[in-house]
Amino acid sequence: MPRIVHYINQFFAQIGGEEKADIKPEKRDGFVGPGQALNAALGGAGEIVGTVICGDSYFNENLEAVSKEVLEMIRSFKPDIVVVGPGFNAGRYGMACGAVAKIVDEELNIPVVGGLYEENPGLEIYKRHGYFVATGNSAASMRTAMPAMAEIVKKLIAGETPTEGYVLKGLRQNYFAPERGSKRAVNMLLKKIKGEEFVTEYPMPVFDRVDPQPAVKDMRKARVALVSSGGPVPKGNPDRIEASSASKFGKYSLVDIVDLDSTNGETAHGGYDPVYANEDLDRVLPIDVIKEMVAAGQIGSLHDFWYSTTGNGTSVANSKQFAKEIAEELLRDDVDCVILTST
Amino acid sequence: MVKEIERHGFPVAHMCTVVPISLTVGANRIVPTIAIPYPLGDPSLSKAEEKELRRKLVVKALKALETEVDGQTVFED
Repeated sequence: MPRIVHYINQFFAQIGGEEKADIKPEKRDGFVGPGQALNAALGGAGEIVGTVICGDSYFNENLEAVSKEVLEMIRSFKPDIVVVGPGFNAGRYGMACGAVAKIVDEELNIPVVGGLYEENPGLEIYKRHGYFVATGNSAASMRTAMPAMAEIVKKLIAGETPTEGYVLKGLRQNYFAPERGSKRAVNMLLKKIKGEEFVTEYPMPVFDRVDPQPAVKDMRKARVALVSSGGPVPKGNPDRIEASSASKFGKYSLVDIVDLDSTNGETAHGGYDPVYANEDLDRVLPIDVIKEMVAAGQIGSLHDFWYSTTGNGTSVANSKQFAKEIAEELLRDDVDCVILTST
Repeated sequence: MVKEIERHGFPVAHMCTVVPISLTVGANRIVPTIAIPYPLGDPSLSKAEEKELRRKLVVKALKALETEVDGQTVFED
């Protein structure tokens, strides 16, 4: 029976939520949590012999060392295939799934199957190291994600190379074409001239890059603004910024604040353990230090408001829209530069 | 958000813990921070030491904003 090892996080292992996101890697025999559904979907074609679990924060804060540790745990089960996640749109979990796929692909040379939402940054970074099924953005899509991942696992077990049902890895494969390249290129060009449909053999990647803006000349004369995707809000979260998948951002006056603490600030973010931010919100938005530096003349001046949203699971479209509105306000106030903090 | 704000003409210092994500989304001036739940602090330190750590990180971000870059740059120590 082909041997499968499953990588999951502390949440899906039912160890705990954010308060357990700092647990170190551990391994267990057999399936844990969502592995049961995977085993069932495989219908006896393969079996999960072991599960490796790690806390999402711990993994991301120690990426290289933990990848190696997890690799050794996976290796100890002598797997034929490794399955990661699905991690949906969870940022840190997606990064962990991707990093595991990479090290397994490179060190063990066996196939990896996973599942991530299209906007998960882990997918963009690591997709070439595994067969990643495109899932919905939350665990609500587990019911469709697991069978789709199982289909790919079954194909691999049958000795086939999956050709569909996953996000393209962006790898080139050699093949013999009946006509040489110059002829194919001219044929393509002729089709284009005639206005006929043609398919490029090398689609250009889409780079959405912004050129760096020029540096600030003299910070002692500059006007600085603070923005955060870590969800820092006044105590009580007056605008009810959502804990994840934010539909809005908040704008808050920092005129009368010299120091954030547990009485005047908290985090609205549901994607990390909020204990430290709620104790002292300067840990997410450094208002205490910035105010002192303004008073000491090291920073020219400070925009009167900070802007905040929660970056976890928030769509790219929403984030762009928030940032556009924020930038327009900053332009009206002659701000020179921005510090943006993320958790 | 970093990219969209920069598109409007502001240099942005992105202070974050998971640098690979910042590189992927396209931030140009990246300042690595301490940990995901407390990017600009460290609860294991005394209040005074923690504030000093935070000051160093902010100074680094301001330096990054004063530094001309011609592409994505991670401001390590």
